[in-house]
Amino acid sequence: MSLAPDAATAEAEARTASHSTLTRNGWISLGVVIVVAILASYVVSDFWLSQILTKALWIGLAAASLIFLSAYAGMVSLGQVAIYGIAGMTYANLVAADGGNPASWSPWLAVIGAIVAATAAGLLFGFIASRSEGIYFLMLTLAFSVLVYYFFSQVTQLAGFGGVNNLDLPGLVGDPGADPAPLYFTSLVVCVALYLWMRYVARTPFGLSMQGLRDEPARLRALGFNVRLHRTLAFTFAAFIAAFAGILAVWYNRRISPGSINLGQTIDVLIIAVIGGLYRIEGAWVGALAFALLDNYSREWTPEIGNILGPERFNTLLGIIFLIIVLVSPGGLVGAWESMVERLRRRNGGGGAPRTTTTPGPEGGPAPTTVK
Amino acid sequence: MSETVHSGPGGGPEAAGAPSASAQPQSEPGGAGRWNATRIALVLIAVVVIVWIGIKAAGNLEQFVTVTLNGLSLSALYFVVASGFTLIFGLMRVVNMAHGTLYLLGGYLALNFQQKLFQDDGGGLNLSLSAGGGGGGGEYNLIEWIIPLAMAVIIIGVLGIAIQQLFLRWNQGQDLRQALITIAISVVAADQMLATYGGIAKDVKAPASFPESVHIGGSTVGFFRLVIVVGSALVIGLGLWLLIKKTRYGKIVRAGVDDRDMVSALGINVQLVFAGAFFLGAMLAGYGGVLGGTMLSLQPGEDTSFLLNSLIVVIIGGMGSLGGAAIGAVALGLVDAYADVYLVFGDHDLTNYSILLTFALLVIVLAVRPLGLFGRPA
Repeated sequence: MSLAPDAATAEAEARTASHSTLTRNGWISLGVVIVVAILASYVVSDFWLSQILTKALWIGLAAASLIFLSAYAGMVSLGQVAIYGIAGMTYANLVAADGGNPASWSPWLAVIGAIVAATAAGLLFGFIASRSEGIYFLMLTLAFSVLVYYFFSQVTQLAGFGGVNNLDLPGLVGDPGADPAPLYFTSLVVCVALYLWMRYVARTPFGLSMQGLRDEPARLRALGFNVRLHRTLAFTFAAFIAAFAGILAVWYNRRISPGSINLGQTIDVLIIAVIGGLYRIEGAWVGALAFALLDNYSREWTPEIGNILGPERFNTLLGIIFLIIVLVSPGGLVGAWESMVERLRRRNGGGGAPRTTTTPGPEGGPAPTTVK
Repeated sequence: MSETVHSGPGGGPEAAGAPSASAQPQSEPGGAGRWNATRIALVLIAVVVIVWIGIKAAGNLEQFVTVTLNGLSLSALYFVVASGFTLIFGLMRVVNMAHGTLYLLGGYLALNFQQKLFQDDGGGLNLSLSAGGGGGGGEYNLIEWIIPLAMAVIIIGVLGIAIQQLFLRWNQGQDLRQALITIAISVVAADQMLATYGGIAKDVKAPASFPESVHIGGSTVGFFRLVIVVGSALVIGLGLWLLIKKTRYGKIVRAGVDDRDMVSALGINVQLVFAGAFFLGAMLAGYGGVLGGTMLSLQPGEDTSFLLNSLIVVIIGGMGSLGGAAIGAVALGLVDAYADVYLVFGDHDLTNYSILLTFALLVIVLAVRPLGLFGRPA
């Protein structure tokens, strides 16, 4: 049912088949990425650090929670933005701020409150949606997402149209407007830690049975697994991850309004996940980086074609890119990269991992699973 | 692959909406006894809600009738749009996330044609000033409303076929990918509509020959809402039911849902049938858009709103079920209408929270029937 190619997933898992969180190569790559990320903060301009890298980190985290669900539990959720919206709105209403109903809590207490609230909402949503599968699940979570948006735009006591502005931030991140570095490093630490934790959870008995449920729900049900409980908990766990994305988002923006958690944002996060590929968690940040770059720079080189395309029509460009990726390479950038590497390896005659089970997809990408 | 485009058993008596589901004897397999407590709770909730509305209604009967009729006309609009959505899903298992887009585009196209073809000379500036204001913006007669309507509906239908043939046909069976494709289309289309039509609310002008409102007892309800929209919904519902149950096309559709390969092997051109269904489903969205554009207004965001409405209606009613869509639409429309008026408890005005009731409706139905009232497992 999932977009993620089964064969490719299996292969990806085979690569990390050990019981550790990452393989040795995985740890090395992660280390390299972290070093590069740290060095980058000294090299790039403040604009880049804030608008591209920090934004890619937190929005990538939201997408990562989506990919986690999709890759390991086979649940493609459009509710992640709603969850992070709940976290952000809770935080905004708990700390001192303009608008909303601020309770003037200390920011750290508010963080805890926000994560608890968002995780609880995730538990509730997850419980309700846990009996739906595949496309039903997608629709239901989309409905949740839009309902949360309408809730916050209608309830003026909590947010209202203008949102909550000028939020109090913890001292740790200082003032991101003046110096983006502290928030960048905070986001980096949070993302790396949560990434490792997601990878770790995927290898636990819980994670393994979740993957079993993804592939063979009927068989696992027959073996006595509580399918509904697993799906609910998986969604709750992803909600917990998304809650952190929500906190980082309000720290980054210093404000939150219903407009920032609307359907457009839901779709943006989905697009990021799809660009990254729906079956590798790392892909989330690849997709987010690509998205942030597009968001900031496409306006400069997009040709202006009447009213149809131009600097003002970013969503059109984004939609077209999304469409092309979905049509051509369902594995996203990561999938395209992997199939390219695979093809090169095969051409060089080096006995690459046998992938005979994968029939080439429409455009050479890995074949998506067909629905039975 | 067995869920059909079926009209639910007995559309009438259960029209009370969600709570009635609790009284339905057939429960999901394996859950017969477990839901007793839930059901009692649901029945209690239903009783409380009905009593509350009853008290409010007794206080002001005219208002109650007006609110109910307004709610039903909203339901009718939801049904027109959602029936197309559920038709496409029922037959092809395609979740058309661009359905709201087709709705909004249908409305905009009708508006375009009405202005371009029938506007009085020198009215260009005139209209931009009076947009949304009503009156002043030139009057249109019945023909000048129907012709734009027909043109918009047909164009939207053709567009639906184009989407299906260009993007969806070769991805048949990959429902998630098809959903993503239609989401991508809706992102592009929403942006293009914003570029073309701007962000200001506009509306299609109803024919001037229509009376403003009708009086029922002491209550006043808009004529267009009550007669045209509700009438359209009834005609469409009946027409679709006849089409699916009584015609050869409907037979093929139902057979195609159950076993596409077999139907194909019998020499029937299934692809033609699918294209037809997409044409019809898209036309219904476009028609809904013209109705909605006349009854409410057209602006960016309405596409989302009607996609959400369609989703909720079919999730409540069960995907692919026509009768379910009708009941889901009635439930959603009435909840919307009552919540906007009756959520006032003494000094506490809770109407802001009305969206929570929609959510509650969804939750209650799903708690009892995970596949919706008339949904059947795939």
